[in-house]
Amino acid sequence: MGNTSDLIQKLQDLFPGLKGEEGGAMPGLVVPADRLTALMQELKEQRGFNFLADVTAVDYPEGDKERIEVVYHLMAVPAATELRVKVSLDRQHPEIASLTGLWPAAEVQEREVYDLMGVIFTGHPNLQRILCPDDFSGHPLRKDFQPAATEGGQ
Amino acid sequence: MLAVAKEDLYTQEIELNMGPQHPSTHGVYRALLTLDGEKVIKVENIIGYLHRGIEKLAEDRTYTQFIPYTARLDYLAGMLNNLGYVQAVEKLMGVAVPERAEYLRIIMAELSRIASHMIMVASMALDLSGWTAWFPPFRERERILDLFEMTCGSRITVSYMRIGGVAADIPDGFLPALEAFLNDLPGMIAEMNGLITGNEIFKARCQGVGKIDLETALAYGLTGPNLRACGLPFDLRKAKPYGIYDRFDFDIPTLSNGDSYDRFVIRLLEMEQSARIIRQAMAALPDGSVMAKVPRVLKPSPGEVYHQIEGAKGILGYYLVSDGSNKPYRLHIHGPSFVNLGALPRIAAGGNIQDFVVAIASIDIVLGEVDR
Repeated sequence: MGNTSDLIQKLQDLFPGLKGEEGGAMPGLVVPADRLTALMQELKEQRGFNFLADVTAVDYPEGDKERIEVVYHLMAVPAATELRVKVSLDRQHPEIASLTGLWPAAEVQEREVYDLMGVIFTGHPNLQRILCPDDFSGHPLRKDFQPAATEGGQ
Repeated sequence: MLAVAKEDLYTQEIELNMGPQHPSTHGVYRALLTLDGEKVIKVENIIGYLHRGIEKLAEDRTYTQFIPYTARLDYLAGMLNNLGYVQAVEKLMGVAVPERAEYLRIIMAELSRIASHMIMVASMALDLSGWTAWFPPFRERERILDLFEMTCGSRITVSYMRIGGVAADIPDGFLPALEAFLNDLPGMIAEMNGLITGNEIFKARCQGVGKIDLETALAYGLTGPNLRACGLPFDLRKAKPYGIYDRFDFDIPTLSNGDSYDRFVIRLLEMEQSARIIRQAMAALPDGSVMAKVPRVLKPSPGEVYHQIEGAKGILGYYLVSDGSNKPYRLHIHGPSFVNLGALPRIAAGGNIQDFVVAIASIDIVLGEVDR
């Protein structure tokens, strides 16, 4: 994976503030939220990561590093090289640019993250709940969400 | 005489709900169709009827306790869903799996893929009123489920894979029964080709219907047989082999039209390749243990992993985050049906209502995995 450190190095020149994560099973990038779209466009159009494999988010409610991380997995098709991209968002007002302009595949996946984690994707054409009912309140995958008791007790 | 002034005559678009209770939606799913006459001009997916909060449940289960939930995602291919999950945990923890277990996993996973494709071809034919064609795949699929049952006691929700191996070795009689099944499989495929693949009515209703080109398919995140029907030989079993898939000799069938007909035919072709893999795994099946020595309490060190496998319906991904405790801090499941269904509005818009039935059958969704 020598190419990976090269790639991270080159991207760091283009995107100041970008951090590389190596050592895991997959190389990763952590990018400031305002540079996400530009980075993704670069990765898609210049670096061969043409496929949006997954969009999800993780909630970290504790301590002074309280945040919501949105996690994107990209893949180069057909080489099957994988890359992880993360952005860290303010947990009280998580907001990030939508990637639907680059990949229509983001449309349903971002709706899911909005529904279950409460992240607002600006520029999304139809940001509504997708799995929970429309009148549902709260975002169930937040760590402080208490699942309601069902029939038969609290 | 009825007098209607010409300016009072008008046409309008109507909205029609198809589902959530409808035989062609293959589960509780609703499509809100905007129609101009019989022409579908817009499709809106309304899903979530089967949402059980499985990702939330995972945060309150140990790593092992979560295994049974996986077969309740794509319940038509339980073994594959088991496999993706246990391999993700094994990757996170660095567990090595005994050789015999690796081979048994391949056999079971490919059987699951064949079973899932059988449902697809049977129900797509049935959706087009091909009643007879329902029976051959379901007849043969029973034999796969019998094989699962004799090994682990369950037919659908198998929970056969374990972190570090498989739950049980195969019993006596398994291999002869599997051999007999594989010998009869080409007969079933020939039967389907005779009944359906070459059928003029079926062709007329499917060819050119629900077409999607390769570039659009990739942009919409389509994977699996649906992508290969657009002409790209992309299969993770070859492109990024997991487990021991690099040891087998098989082809990746592709077709080039990207229409509903090709999406049907490709499933039949993939069954043949799965059978090839199973035969090689049977021939090479080593003796030995089927479970690695793993601690009773699994506590992966803090970290994260994203593991993708080639599921029956496309790429199935598990994203796991560990905080060092015995339960996942976060588990996300990337279900191929969810994303493939997201492309349906693009695939189906512009056709007639009856074409919509063909399109949804041809992308082969399972709602357990869509809604999770």
